[in-house]
Amino acid sequence: MTVIANILIVAAISIGTIFVLVTAIGLIRLPDAFSRAHAASKSATLGVMCILLGVFFHFWLNEGNFNSRILLGILFLFVTGPVGGHMMGRAAYLSGVKLWDKTVRDDLAEALKKKRERRK
Amino acid sequence: MAFQILLNVIIAVTWMFLSVSFKPTTFIVGYLLGLFMLFLLRKSFSSRFYLDQVWAVIKLIILFFKELTLSNISVLLLIIKPKMQIRPAIFAMPTVLEKDWEITLLSSLITLTPGTMVIAISDDNKTLYIHTLDLDDVDEAIDSIRDTFEKAILEVSRS
Repeated sequence: MTVIANILIVAAISIGTIFVLVTAIGLIRLPDAFSRAHAASKSATLGVMCILLGVFFHFWLNEGNFNSRILLGILFLFVTGPVGGHMMGRAAYLSGVKLWDKTVRDDLAEALKKKRERRK
Repeated sequence: MAFQILLNVIIAVTWMFLSVSFKPTTFIVGYLLGLFMLFLLRKSFSSRFYLDQVWAVIKLIILFFKELTLSNISVLLLIIKPKMQIRPAIFAMPTVLEKDWEITLLSSLITLTPGTMVIAISDDNKTLYIHTLDLDDVDEAIDSIRDTFEKAILEVSRS
């Protein structure tokens, strides 16, 4: 039982650490603000969630302490992570940050232009 | 859905009063009995049997975790490849969802799966503008979102 629990804990924490590391690498390597926002807002969220899950299992299975605050923390991360990513991307786009050499840049530019013309 | 759950709780409490025992186990027995009664009477409600909806929510959660793991791994491979082969793009995706909470849920799910991020939502709530890391084919990307998340959300909100 302890062996299984320890395997679970070690796996969760290592996977989380790997995801956080990959996020950091992605922040350095990716070319523009939007693709960096991708890396920062999601892989990091998943990584921190995995680490928290490992901590929760450690205190629950090895120490016998069921800490529901960690579960709430995971839930809150889950709810606020995507909203943060969305707001970063939206704010960057609306304030005119340039995209990297892109393939399709569908309607958003046109829709925005139309909207601004209508407002004038 | 909320009305059926309330009714089920009331039946359970009535069962507790009938059997003069106010323990959690009695409540659970009463709740299961009430569930069976509601199942027999499911034709007389205007909405469908609420366990269907609960099951749809569970299926949505399972689908989401599956997509989250798969796409996180694919982005991980994309990032650690020696040559960056990404082609970012912003594409428009029309959506059939109407209520605010459905659209919020859909865009949260799209944003949390790596590789896609919702940048903006049009004023009439009919189009999502999605930034993607690696664009192969717009139609394919739209179809995959529509087949997974949009369908599952529709399944939940269908009354």
